[in-house]
Amino acid sequence: MAVLRADREAAAIPEGVVRHRLDGETALRYLLTGLFGLFLYLFVLYPMAKVLWRSLLDNDGAFVGLANYARYFSTPAIAASVTNSLYVSVVAMVVTVCLAYVYAYALTRTPMPGRGVFRVVAMLPIFAPSLVQGIAFVYIFGNNGIWTRLTDINIGVYGAKGIIMAEVFYCFPHAMLILIAALTATDARLYDAAAALGASRLKTFATVTLPGVKYGLMSACFVVFTLVITDFGAPKVIGGKFSVMATEIYNQVVGQQNFTMGATVSVVLLVPALVAFVVDRLIQRRQYALVSSSAKPLEPRKNPLAEWSLFAYCFLIAASIAAIYLVILVVSLVERWPYRLSLTLKHYAFDTVGGYSPLLNSVYVSALTAVVGTAIAFIGAYLVEKWRTRAGAPLYALSLLPVSIPGMVLGLAYIFTFNVSGSILNRLYGTLAILVISNLIHYFTVPFLTATTSLKQMDAEFENVGASMGVPFYKTFWRVTVPIALPSIIAISMYLFLNAMVTLSAVVFLVAPGTELAAVAVLLMDDAGDTAQAAAMSVLIIAVGLMVRFVYWGLMRGVTRRTQAWTATAVAADQVTMMGTGSLK
Amino acid sequence: MPRPPAVELDGIAKKFGEVVALKSVSLGVGEGEFVCFLGPSGCGKTTLLRVIAGLERQNAGAVRMAGRDVSRLTPSERNYGIVFQSYALFPNLTVARNVAYGLETRRVPRAEIERRVDELLDLVHLRAHKERYPAQLSGGEQQRVALARALAPSPSLLLLDEPLSALDARVRQALRVEIKALQRRLGITTVMVTHDQEEALTMADRIVVMNHGVVEQIGSPFEIYTEPSSLFVARFVGHMNFIPATACERPGWVRVGSVELRHRPGPTPPAGTRLTLAIRPEEILIGLAARDGENRIVTRVCAMQFLGAFTRLGLALPGDTGPTLECDVAVNALAEVGAREGAELALVLKPQALRLFSDGG
Repeated sequence: MAVLRADREAAAIPEGVVRHRLDGETALRYLLTGLFGLFLYLFVLYPMAKVLWRSLLDNDGAFVGLANYARYFSTPAIAASVTNSLYVSVVAMVVTVCLAYVYAYALTRTPMPGRGVFRVVAMLPIFAPSLVQGIAFVYIFGNNGIWTRLTDINIGVYGAKGIIMAEVFYCFPHAMLILIAALTATDARLYDAAAALGASRLKTFATVTLPGVKYGLMSACFVVFTLVITDFGAPKVIGGKFSVMATEIYNQVVGQQNFTMGATVSVVLLVPALVAFVVDRLIQRRQYALVSSSAKPLEPRKNPLAEWSLFAYCFLIAASIAAIYLVILVVSLVERWPYRLSLTLKHYAFDTVGGYSPLLNSVYVSALTAVVGTAIAFIGAYLVEKWRTRAGAPLYALSLLPVSIPGMVLGLAYIFTFNVSGSILNRLYGTLAILVISNLIHYFTVPFLTATTSLKQMDAEFENVGASMGVPFYKTFWRVTVPIALPSIIAISMYLFLNAMVTLSAVVFLVAPGTELAAVAVLLMDDAGDTAQAAAMSVLIIAVGLMVRFVYWGLMRGVTRRTQAWTATAVAADQVTMMGTGSLK
Repeated sequence: MPRPPAVELDGIAKKFGEVVALKSVSLGVGEGEFVCFLGPSGCGKTTLLRVIAGLERQNAGAVRMAGRDVSRLTPSERNYGIVFQSYALFPNLTVARNVAYGLETRRVPRAEIERRVDELLDLVHLRAHKERYPAQLSGGEQQRVALARALAPSPSLLLLDEPLSALDARVRQALRVEIKALQRRLGITTVMVTHDQEEALTMADRIVVMNHGVVEQIGSPFEIYTEPSSLFVARFVGHMNFIPATACERPGWVRVGSVELRHRPGPTPPAGTRLTLAIRPEEILIGLAARDGENRIVTRVCAMQFLGAFTRLGLALPGDTGPTLECDVAVNALAEVGAREGAELALVLKPQALRLFSDGG
């Protein structure tokens, strides 16, 4: 009865609302939202539709339905790339997450000495393109590697083994950051309760520790899996004849000019990345409620034996990571590794790739990506979050989509979209601008989510207060929203800069004469056999990354000091968000 | 011709999906008047305030300010100041800059802004805290900054959305007085939303009691308290005893258990109708005043609750086991009355104080 009555009452009220007059401010908001939608359509949705469509055509442009897929799976040489990709991804995922879990556990749950140093060293791979690890392992375990020469044992590094080794190191910091966040966000009271109830160590681990980090572990697994299956650099450098999907796309497109098969492999590669992304989102949504605000942080307990064995473990891992970059550094500085070890700077001449212009291009593109990307991500998140219009949900979904698009696929999609003669979009092709756009789309999701989170933490009434006093929303945005979100904004721009510096997959198809980038130059020099120069370029990429990180750290300190008067917690919280989701790619 | 009301709501209806928040609400707020929207959470009072502010768009009905239809105007065109429950102070701006916020976009000369900021901060006694940030102030101080900020552009209407609910009891009481005095002094038309009936009673010139999206009663605090028009208002405002009763053959009388009581004159329901009698604890006469008189009954004291200045007695009617009535007795009268647990106590329920409600509402 009551329900019926309520229905009738609701029906008696008109559906539409009394609309407000369209004033300049509202018009501006609609315009900005429209531009954001156009941006996402043009650079995300439309290119992806192009790839999908292209995989249904033959090389002459005739519609052939699923014939390409049939051919893909029936050609053993190409089909093997699917199983190969899955194989290395799963193995690398298991190894990385296991190693990183123990490492993160030691850093968070023990009072072990040197935790800060261990943490910093483990972060090093973030600053290097994935192919640097591959190059290093070739120098160590390759046919002429130092290990091979010293021990006369050739472990056969070219192939699955080498890819997995390189990927484990490449993905280690990403897994570690997620697990550190998961292990930190625990409630000491649960351990007190377990102890009070007389639970054994094993039982406590099974009933308290494991359920607490369950979602973190899963998240780390998905992140590493996605990183490996979409990675192009390491398999390219160390994979030899072992073909994975990412290198297969490259071979089809660059090697055989077979764009159709490239598109087909791309669509297949989208599937695991998309599945991993969706499942990870679902898990993260459930994770939020896990730690209540009244939770007490866990104080590490003393246990000398465990501590020292964990210290030895961490030392081993950190030393291995450091060794990789040491090898790269040494190789770049000696005459001819490992035959003539006299010091030289000649590898820093980069004579085959036109000197320093790729590096300068990279810095320029990364800086632009950081500035433009931060602005678009933040304003986009603001429009979606603050004005809950009907366009909000589709814009949000489109903003999340890029994280599940592998770089190779995005690059290929941009070829199909922008390398079309006669189209106005063609003007972008071969410019630095398209590199900036592909970078900022490739890494768009994490900044967008970080901005959304930081906007959600703000009082929802700021704009309303402004409006009540006749202050336009953009003034309140500039005077209040942006200053409050400054830590997030700086974090977002650093994230974009660092990733744009090291990415290879999204830009490898898009560089043109005059717009070469550093990471691509490393690839080209390695391909041409100039591995010492490739190492030298890698050293410079890492150096730039570290410098930017240092600047970021300084900026953050400055901002924190300035804003300490009015906030105490915002900065730390933002950084955790950034890092927690920051490694999805 | 009489001046049009400062705010006039005409048939405002609002729904969120299938949930009806407001069903055709109409009311007027006079110029300089302090009106409270009072009701439990979910009654639609905040939605109504946001409709006035233009922060929520109604499905039907019109909002008029001083006779002008503002229904289609955006919030920034409506000329009001607002204080939110969270205050929404800008954390990155000092107290002075917060208060100046609405002035700085209006091409007011800088010196003039400074003067106005000082004036308002004097008004809320916060001049000394001018250069502090909101996070460095107490809750009550933040509340006053929000008030000063809302008043700075000299709006013609002040909207307050549960402005005191985040404060502790002592600060809340002090601020009630302060806000009310300020409102009087400035003579600004004010609409306040609250779920706290005591707040509404002490501050408002007129109270609008709302429930389930409809206006239950509009009246002065005195009217609302003494003449609640429905069982809901009687229940929601103040403390009230409710006694289940049935209508008698004799007009003006009802039966409660074994006794018959005469109630306040009013419409006579048919005999046998189930009714509810309502009387406030302070209206029950005991001791000397209850030696004789109409509606005299003898009850038994079955609970005593010490509440400081007075003691609340739980009284069982003849034939009942638990307390049906509560009655407040001042500390010094307690011994005189001879009240202790288990003792019998005579009392008089004056017919004039016995309000009658039908059980439907």
